[in-house]
Amino acid sequence: MRKRWTWFNITSVIFGFAFLYLPIVLLVIYSFNESRLVTVWAGFSTKWYGELFRNQGLLDAAWVTVRVAFLSASIATVLGTLAAVALVRYTRFNGRTLFTGMVYAPLVMPEVITGLSLLLLFVSINFARGFWTVTLAHITFSLCFVAVVVQSRLVSFDRSLEEAAQDLGCPPFRAFTLITLPVILPAVISGWMLAFTLSLDDLVIASFTSGPGATTLPMKIYSQVRLGVTPEINAVCTLLIGVVTIGVIIASLLTKSREVRRRRDEQAALGNH
Amino acid sequence: MNIVSAIKARLVIIVPYIWLLFFFLLPFLLVLKIALSDLEYGQPPYAPQFSFSDGWGEFWSKLTSLDLENFIFLIGDSLYINSYLSSLQIAFVSTVLTLLIGFPLAYGMARAPDGLRPILLMLVILPFWTSFLIRVYAWIGILKQEGLLNQLLLWLGLIHTPLEILSTNKAVYIGIIYSYLPFMVLPIYSTLEKMDESLVEAARDLGCTRIGAFWKVTARLAVPGILAGCLLVFIPAVGEFVIPDLLGGSGTLMIGKTLWIEFFNNSDWTVASALAIILLIVLVVPIVWFQNAQARATEQSR
Repeated sequence: MRKRWTWFNITSVIFGFAFLYLPIVLLVIYSFNESRLVTVWAGFSTKWYGELFRNQGLLDAAWVTVRVAFLSASIATVLGTLAAVALVRYTRFNGRTLFTGMVYAPLVMPEVITGLSLLLLFVSINFARGFWTVTLAHITFSLCFVAVVVQSRLVSFDRSLEEAAQDLGCPPFRAFTLITLPVILPAVISGWMLAFTLSLDDLVIASFTSGPGATTLPMKIYSQVRLGVTPEINAVCTLLIGVVTIGVIIASLLTKSREVRRRRDEQAALGNH
Repeated sequence: MNIVSAIKARLVIIVPYIWLLFFFLLPFLLVLKIALSDLEYGQPPYAPQFSFSDGWGEFWSKLTSLDLENFIFLIGDSLYINSYLSSLQIAFVSTVLTLLIGFPLAYGMARAPDGLRPILLMLVILPFWTSFLIRVYAWIGILKQEGLLNQLLLWLGLIHTPLEILSTNKAVYIGIIYSYLPFMVLPIYSTLEKMDESLVEAARDLGCTRIGAFWKVTARLAVPGILAGCLLVFIPAVGEFVIPDLLGGSGTLMIGKTLWIEFFNNSDWTVASALAIILLIVLVVPIVWFQNAQARATEQSR
């Protein structure tokens, strides 16, 4: 039996996606509103975007956020990939249960708890709060997301290839970087991107762990949102959504072309035999 | 193998292990310790403070000064108990509603034509990547008194006075459903997509009605996905802060918000820590359940 796409299915998909996208679309539309009153349409204008680039506080916050996100995503990707390898390759070691627990728990841990606990750590070791504390906090929770993403790819990877390389005298680390890493690279890249956007997004953990001089963009947006909806915030949000959307589309196109190339290579290899 | 190369081989485990011990487990022990400490005016605002220069005797006397005072305070004040109960209730209701919206969506996606499915999947994942804060913020403009929803309903003539949605629990439900819908859809979709359609066919051949076959076969087989989705929505929703703070009103009690207020507005770190500990105890059962499900799923895909 072919799967049938009934009218009921089509309607529920359309309604589901309308629900998911309508609020974002409205937000984008109203960022181009001439009027300061957010809910009254008064004509098309890009003046709020111009306003943004004159708002030094906002630009500073954006710069802090991008630096934190880049640094924390990069370190979290390395640590998360290591953790994924440890989880998949080493099925038996002392304290594996604790390790597995520590990798999975932050995925569902309420952010207020993670934020509070990390703050208490930084205070008790007298670590000055600011840029570095936010970065360390972000590394910690995003490394777990990277670990899960990479792990799911690593599980299906045929390890005998790497073992063959080692049998032929390749040192373990080199065998890993030459054979395994290229195969799991798409997962590692999407892990990095996930870590980057998680860090870009985070309000709660950053609010707990940040200090003077390290206000991130979400913290800035939050403090303005509390005062009410303004077209400037709509404009910032639209820019952020645009950047992330373009990033995700590029990344998925890249993985797709890799996949196509790999399949072509495989077919060519089969043809030669 | 000598010791050096043994350690080198284990570095893969040791580095992330130590990182997580230091930045994940240790902080929790600190929360527990501070929850048992006394509030003090100063920086940081709690006593006692342990330091490495303490002798053993002093360490012991500080250790014995820890007590359950903060927890007794929490039990004595109905604000905190109500926060917990109301968090659980809001999270539960939102999870059920998210399932009711998410299941038909996942089901429809799983039955879409082959070429369309990857695009639909991408469209569900995409909102994941856009900021949580932005998505919650987008609803303020829609739900408020002179917002877009009320304008639309007034224009359609369905209502005559604007509905009051923002700053009530209704807005919190909408916010949670909206923000966590992809978490519900993705696990359900992946179980439904793998499902063997011929099972439904067999049930129909054996005389099952269409709804009967759906209920007895499709819904049963989707149970692991439904459970995973519900846990992924319920657990973070209980401790949610942004949604009740931005969309809810002063009457919206949720534990994440109460903790935030204790910490940032009242600077009461000891009570905030005690709240965190209780929140963790409340969530420990669903979290462990979730972890076991995760571990099982990984084992199966091996």
